Amino acid sequence: MATETGIGASVKRKEDARFITGAGRYTDDVGQHGQTYAVFARSPYARARLNGLDTSAALATDGVVAVFTGADLQASEVGDLPCGWMVKSKDGSDMVQPPHPPLAVSSVNYVGEPYAVVIGETLEAAKNGAEALDPDFEEQDAVVDLATAAEADQIHESVPNNQCYDWELGDKAATDAAFAQAHHVASIDIVNNRLIPNAIEPRAALGEYDEASGTYTLHTTSQNPHLERLVLAAFVNIAPEARLRVISPDVGGGFGSKIFVYAEETAVIWAAGQLRRPVKWRAERSESFLADAHGRDHVTHAELALAEDGRFLGLRVKNKANMGAYLSTFASSVPTYLYGTLMAGQYKTPAIYVEVQSLFTNTAPVDAYRGAGRPEATYVVERLVETAAREMGIDPAELRRRNFIQPADFPYETPVALTYDTGDYEASLDRALDHADYSGFQARREASEQGGKKRGIGFSCYIEACGLAPSQVAISLGAGVGLFEVGEVRVDVTGSVTVVTGSHSHGQSHETTFAQIISDKLGVPFENVTVLHGDTGRSDYALGTYGSRSLAVGGSAIIKATDKIIAKGKKIAAHMLEAKEDQVEFEDGSFNVADSNQSLTFGEVAFAAYVPANYPLEELEPGLSEKAFYDPPNFTYPAGAHICEVEVDPDTGVVTIEKFVAVDDFGHVINPMIVEGQVHGGLAQGIGQALLEHGVYDDTGQLLSGSYMDYTMPRADDLPSFTVDTTVTPCTHNPLGVKGCGEAGAIGSTAAVMNAVTDALGVKDVPMPATSETVWRALRNGGNG
Amino acid sequence: MYQFNYHKPSTLTEATSRMVEAEEGAYLSGGMTLIPTLKQRLAAPSDVIDLSGLPGMSGISIDGDIVSIGAMTRHAEVAASDAIPALAELAGGIGDAHVRNRGTLGGSIANSDPAADYPAAIVALDSTVRTSIGPIAGGDFFTGLFETALREGEIVTSVDFRIPDAAAYEKFPNPASRYAVVGVMVARCGDAVCVGVTGAGPHAFRATALEEALAADFSPGAVDGVAVDSSDFNADIHASAEYRAHLVGVLTKRAVARIG
Amino acid sequence: MDIKVTVNGTTHHLDVPDNTLLVDVLRERLGLTGTHVGCDTSQCGACVVHMDGTAVKSCTVLAGQADGAGVTTIEGIGRPDDLHPMQAAFRENHALQCGFCTPGMIMSAIDMVQKSEGRLDEAAVRDGLEGNLCRCTGYHNIVKAVLSAQDSM
Ligand SMILES: Cc1cc2nc3c(=O)[nH]c(=O)nc-3n(C[C@H](O)[C@H](O)[C@H](O)COP(=O)(O)OP(=O)(O)OC[C@H]3O[C@@H](n4cnc5c(N)ncnc54)[C@H](O)[C@@H]3O)c2cc1C
Ligand code: FES
Ligand code: FES
Repeated sequence: MATETGIGASVKRKEDARFITGAGRYTDDVGQHGQTYAVFARSPYARARLNGLDTSAALATDGVVAVFTGADLQASEVGDLPCGWMVKSKDGSDMVQPPHPPLAVSSVNYVGEPYAVVIGETLEAAKNGAEALDPDFEEQDAVVDLATAAEADQIHESVPNNQCYDWELGDKAATDAAFAQAHHVASIDIVNNRLIPNAIEPRAALGEYDEASGTYTLHTTSQNPHLERLVLAAFVNIAPEARLRVISPDVGGGFGSKIFVYAEETAVIWAAGQLRRPVKWRAERSESFLADAHGRDHVTHAELALAEDGRFLGLRVKNKANMGAYLSTFASSVPTYLYGTLMAGQYKTPAIYVEVQSLFTNTAPVDAYRGAGRPEATYVVERLVETAAREMGIDPAELRRRNFIQPADFPYETPVALTYDTGDYEASLDRALDHADYSGFQARREASEQGGKKRGIGFSCYIEACGLAPSQVAISLGAGVGLFEVGEVRVDVTGSVTVVTGSHSHGQSHETTFAQIISDKLGVPFENVTVLHGDTGRSDYALGTYGSRSLAVGGSAIIKATDKIIAKGKKIAAHMLEAKEDQVEFEDGSFNVADSNQSLTFGEVAFAAYVPANYPLEELEPGLSEKAFYDPPNFTYPAGAHICEVEVDPDTGVVTIEKFVAVDDFGHVINPMIVEGQVHGGLAQGIGQALLEHGVYDDTGQLLSGSYMDYTMPRADDLPSFTVDTTVTPCTHNPLGVKGCGEAGAIGSTAAVMNAVTDALGVKDVPMPATSETVWRALRNGGNG
Repeated sequence: MYQFNYHKPSTLTEATSRMVEAEEGAYLSGGMTLIPTLKQRLAAPSDVIDLSGLPGMSGISIDGDIVSIGAMTRHAEVAASDAIPALAELAGGIGDAHVRNRGTLGGSIANSDPAADYPAAIVALDSTVRTSIGPIAGGDFFTGLFETALREGEIVTSVDFRIPDAAAYEKFPNPASRYAVVGVMVARCGDAVCVGVTGAGPHAFRATALEEALAADFSPGAVDGVAVDSSDFNADIHASAEYRAHLVGVLTKRAVARIG
Repeated sequence: MDIKVTVNGTTHHLDVPDNTLLVDVLRERLGLTGTHVGCDTSQCGACVVHMDGTAVKSCTVLAGQADGAGVTTIEGIGRPDDLHPMQAAFRENHALQCGFCTPGMIMSAIDMVQKSEGRLDEAAVRDGLEGNLCRCTGYHNIVKAVLSAQDSM
């Protein structure tokens, strides 16, 4: 049904009405009578033994209700924070996972690690109490540098060489053989800079305990309340799921950082039970910098073997990935199954071998951040391809074209474990070249030179695997949970519809997109569809939102439930119209008997289901409410071509983005306006990584970029308006033919920017972020900054 | 924030005596520096003395070739004034719109943040800082990192700037904080050329070697051979001392070029 | 201390501790939670409100400084069925995703347009948004919204 609110229409968002009027309800907006305030005492050292902790002065502080230490939590059998993905090393051994108590007990391993929580009648009292704590720290040398972490002091007693695992993927022998045949080998040594997620809403939690029923309620800023509940119930031992409700109300952005189960909400919900009073915590931004899981942080050597005609023969990647001080919830999967598997990119590289050594350092834990592994992989592949093109004197667009997997090759099995279902990479590249006016570039470059500037252009033809994930594949590779999604379609008595999804929106616009789908499929007016999410008390066990899975997996579950609604509606209509079930068709919101003028509206059928006067009660339950679980058979594979054009001021090293073109293939698009918005946001983050953002620690493990004074967030004046377009090859294995669009912008863009910067400067590499001084130095040295 | 007593005196004497009486007092003007410091518990004054109620502390007046700006004058107001265009431009580049709506000239210079913009103008333009005690020559005002010639309890009341023949301010903003990594104000008064530099060193200073070169030949090219001594320059994750020294040269050239 | 603030047209006499911030008066005392807190260094702009007709960061104004002032928050500029043109433009242009930066963005944008002399162009809007961080939208649609709202304001 092509309407103004159906599939394919840029419907204005339902959620906006509350957000633009200040009526959004975020965790920090929720208050409870008699609530107390939590403040966490955090380690000032990157690595220290905690020999003692005197809490007496803190407890004696005015207005302090309680002080809980790591030892208190341990005594009450609060479990460690687990990592949900078991990765195995080359030799078959399990990854090594150090203990991760929510509050440190005897040692601290990164600046900002919490070791106690002080609860006060007011925030101020809790802060005063936290300052009155007297910890006895014995500082030790911190391990900060990733490149040398394996040879440095051992951080955790149980982790030799600070190594979490040493993982591999692909056929080493075949890859070595390919390199032996190479006409040319391009190689790069690159660093993927550490990023700090910085959703503008800081993390927060409000824990409550109801003594009468023994139930807990946790409001928190989570992208996946069910996962939060599962971990708190099964690992942390707060209470069984049935007595633990987790609510993620409006959440102000996540980008991965709110997937994980952190120390703070764990301590808050536990403390609420101990005190039998509500406990509230909201991170200050400085805490977010220190203690939100960071992203990226790789050191990589990679090589590409090419034949004389530019055909890719083999790819070899040797990577070190920083895990930080502890394993965060999904940390282990990011540089492995979300990274190594993407090394084929859009190309028919026949042999690939990837090695990843994951190491601990005395820095904040590192986990998934928008793109999670795929941006890092794209950065390797696309920087390498561009380097090879330059070294071999082949136009970079042309070299890519020569190696693209062709539409006829799908389904295409890569040498790194994925099967791409569909795509047309050349179509996206062609469209992008058009938008970028590639043929006019030389003239623009000359014009820049006339003005004393340098101009460069860079490409990135990325692919990503998202819509996590086929449960059995993920579980066989070490995932600790299934990765399906649940959707429930409740038709109301009068025919309006309430949808409950297990997916969570923290900016993604589910309330609109999902309502469009329902409106389109059931013919119910868009405004009569309400989408609920973010509450374990409302939906079945679900997996939430990350890895661009909401529509592809959550939306598919809703479609399945909708199909059940229609099927049941047909039965009801057949009975009411005294027709055969297979004669009833459902179209444009009404049930029609084929070759007749008999029909019932959707509302009439719904009403009959709930007021079953004329209804086949012997065969059919009353009511019209259906639920479905959807487990995807494969990932979805969004892909696209990003082209960036930059101008560099050689006097200062300042890089300006002159134009950014992104042409993406997300399969069918439900709401183009929303999809474009997702791309814009991703681009800003990818460009931010390339030019601005950097989580920097000094040699002693102090975070130097710990506030907006020093961590460069992209601002409006750092960015251009973007040129965004799409091509369409529908996903072959989900009912909507959709692919994830949430992360693509961040996945593709970084390499395009850096390829443009290095092109402008005429150098092989510039370290990221390409800040003005870095670029200025690169220019002066005529090479690597 | 720690607890403190908030006062809003209505005379200068009341303000200074509040300060004397306080265990540890802090003046408050726009609060754009003081309040974030308080929020992060980096300062613990017993008394905060809001100067916004003092009469005659705000506004811009011109008398002959002297522009007098009240200490409480907000950056936005200076940015909108055409008394000294280079100064207006400088003020218009401080922080963001909200900061400019609150932050004041007096607060900015009293703070002597090495990365603040105004100090470049204080040293480059022939200026006099007027206070509750007496005048201080602009050139003597900044004495160190976050240190000024202000004595205990002394309040900046206004600043007099002599209108230059021509002047221009060039700023290289810190990409994160947007304070000045380096800011250079070049001013011409008759034959004299003044180059005020902020951001680069522990406090704003005049770059005398550049001034001499420009006095001899007021052209961008004159900057080329001049070495900028960076031995006591600031260095941080955004810019090394060497890079800052380089920027001093680049920005000076740009300012000179704009003055023409 | 006792303060008097007129918020969205209603005058309140409040007794607050001396170290109270305006944003806490709004959020905690008056329950106006549309004004958000996103940082502790006065940089993100999630907390922007109008004080006596000018955009300020309410996280960096003491309650005492707001004594006697008129304050307008996001709750005071329009209702869902009677939106301010800037609110409407944000919706129309999809200038928000998670919505957390949005109240501050809208309040800043209104002030920017009101104070602008003549039409703002894209560069001026981008420049004028320097004090407001958004992590979701890449600013593209925010800029579009502000440019379009200036025609309807
Ligand atoms: C996000 C942000 C960005 C900024 N960007 C810039 C920038 O780019 N460039 C720049 O220069 N500044 C910048 N600032 C600082 C801003 O300009 C401040 O306004 C200024 O530094 C201090 O002025 P104030 O009136 O706010 O002073 P306050 O914060 O009120 O006071 C600052 C200090 O001066 C003292 N003081 C205040 N008034 C007087 C007086 N009359 N006499 C004696 N002592 C006094 C106070 O006790 C305090 O120690 C920024 C601030 C923020 C929050
Ligand atoms: S909360 Fe960030 S500027 Fe006010
Ligand atoms: S819409 Fe989420 S931060 Fe701006």
